[in-house]
Amino acid sequence: MKLINRRPGRQSTILLGALPFVLLIVTYAVASHFRRIDNPADKILPSLEAMGTAFHRMAFVPSARTGELLLWVDTADSLMRLGAGIGVSTLMALTVGLLIGTLPHARAGLSPFVASMSLIPPITILPILFIIFGLGETSKVMLIVVGTAPVMIRSMSQAVLDIPRELVIKAQTLGANTWQIVIRLFLPQILPKLILAIRLGLIPAWIFLVSAEAIASTTGLGYRIFLVRRYLAMDLILPYVVWITVLAYLIDRVLLWLSKRGFRWHHLEGESL
Amino acid sequence: MTAAKIEVRGLEKAYDRVPILERVSLSVDAGSFVTIVGASGCGKSTFLRMLLSQELPSRGDILKDGTPLPEEPTPDRGIVFQRYSVFPHLTVEDNLILAGEFAGSSWTGRFFGAARRAAQDKVAGLLDKIGLAHARNKYPAQLSGGMQQRLAIAQSLTMEPDILLLDEPFGALDPGIRADMHDLLLGLWEERRMTIFMVTHDIHEAFKLGTRMLVFDKVRHDPDAPEAYGATVTYDLPLTPAAKAKGAPPDPDSLSLTGKRS
Repeated sequence: MKLINRRPGRQSTILLGALPFVLLIVTYAVASHFRRIDNPADKILPSLEAMGTAFHRMAFVPSARTGELLLWVDTADSLMRLGAGIGVSTLMALTVGLLIGTLPHARAGLSPFVASMSLIPPITILPILFIIFGLGETSKVMLIVVGTAPVMIRSMSQAVLDIPRELVIKAQTLGANTWQIVIRLFLPQILPKLILAIRLGLIPAWIFLVSAEAIASTTGLGYRIFLVRRYLAMDLILPYVVWITVLAYLIDRVLLWLSKRGFRWHHLEGESL
Repeated sequence: MTAAKIEVRGLEKAYDRVPILERVSLSVDAGSFVTIVGASGCGKSTFLRMLLSQELPSRGDILKDGTPLPEEPTPDRGIVFQRYSVFPHLTVEDNLILAGEFAGSSWTGRFFGAARRAAQDKVAGLLDKIGLAHARNKYPAQLSGGMQQRLAIAQSLTMEPDILLLDEPFGALDPGIRADMHDLLLGLWEERRMTIFMVTHDIHEAFKLGTRMLVFDKVRHDPDAPEAYGATVTYDLPLTPAAKAKGAPPDPDSLSLTGKRS
């Protein structure tokens, strides 16, 4: 049988999926082992045990200074900022995106503006945000909004435009007015694409979150990483990076699951990653 | 005032000054089944889209019952496209009650509770007639092409339009299924007596179904500028039962469907 037609079984799929992760961990463990033979106090590639200990300390041992479990405080604060930022972006994408996609006049008025805004490198806005909103939560959330909303708005308006015109015509022959077309045709058809836009928007959102926390914050996953960088604390930085990745992965899977569950009709054709 | 259902006068359509259709004038009686054939790119679908007000004529008028057509699609003209005719996010049953929901609920466009059950009861007969009662809770993507088009036809009739427009509705279907669709369509037409315009590239289908066949083609040709002239109605054949009884459809070549392409 040709290779393109061979499909892995259930077990092989899991094994194949795990393989690159195992390879990465083994490679790291070996490299770390040899570095520590040369220098037992090596800080660059700490042992897996050292990382485990450091992570355990952050997660389960109250901080000597504040008495808090730092990992959970960092995680909660970061997720609050991420959620607030993505939440605002999602609302904007839905409303402005529908407006642009639905009404030619709104498209003429807003589309060039949103396209221009989406091209501003968001990180250049950060100083402006700090000046306007101060160093508090608002400016961090705003950075995520500035960084993700324009692109999400654009993809939502495009999603409306991608709906076959035949369906729009058909809805009119069934007596729908503009509002009914929006809520019975456009909205349900773009919701699965909104979830996809959120999933894709979360990728830059994490970047902006960590950047903002690195520059001005007293809690958060990004803050912690950049704080302990001063002590070359790779035994904490690496587990934190893994932890952020795990969180991002879980959020992504939950969103995919929501999409498949809520919009079964959308997933009837083709595989989705 | 004229008794014609549809009156077309001096119709022209051009895109970027390239004429597609020119000098189309005809008058169609209520209850006719007009089939429209022609080579691809001859403007037959453009003509249909103008009947739907999906596109507007560059020049000339289309009158329905003596009044000009509105400039946007309206519920008095139903449409079935070859593809994308039903709503993929709605089940079979929801596709059929959608028009009722638009009419009955202006803000949510949706029925709940008792109103929804009443609407479901109302389309139960229609579901039976198109043979989709067992598939009422399926999504269109789970149906075969023929079933989807049966649904599309039924849906287009839910507003009881007096004109039904069909744009190559069976073009993607197998011949056997197509024959079933013909029976369904003719049955609905005899029952409801609406005026039908159907674009097809299958001349046998056009001959079998129609009471009148229009052939679109270019009559004027400029060899140096093949796009200089648009197509028009070159043949307008009444298809009386007597003519059909004689059997064979007109020879496609004699209707210049295939020749003279530039």
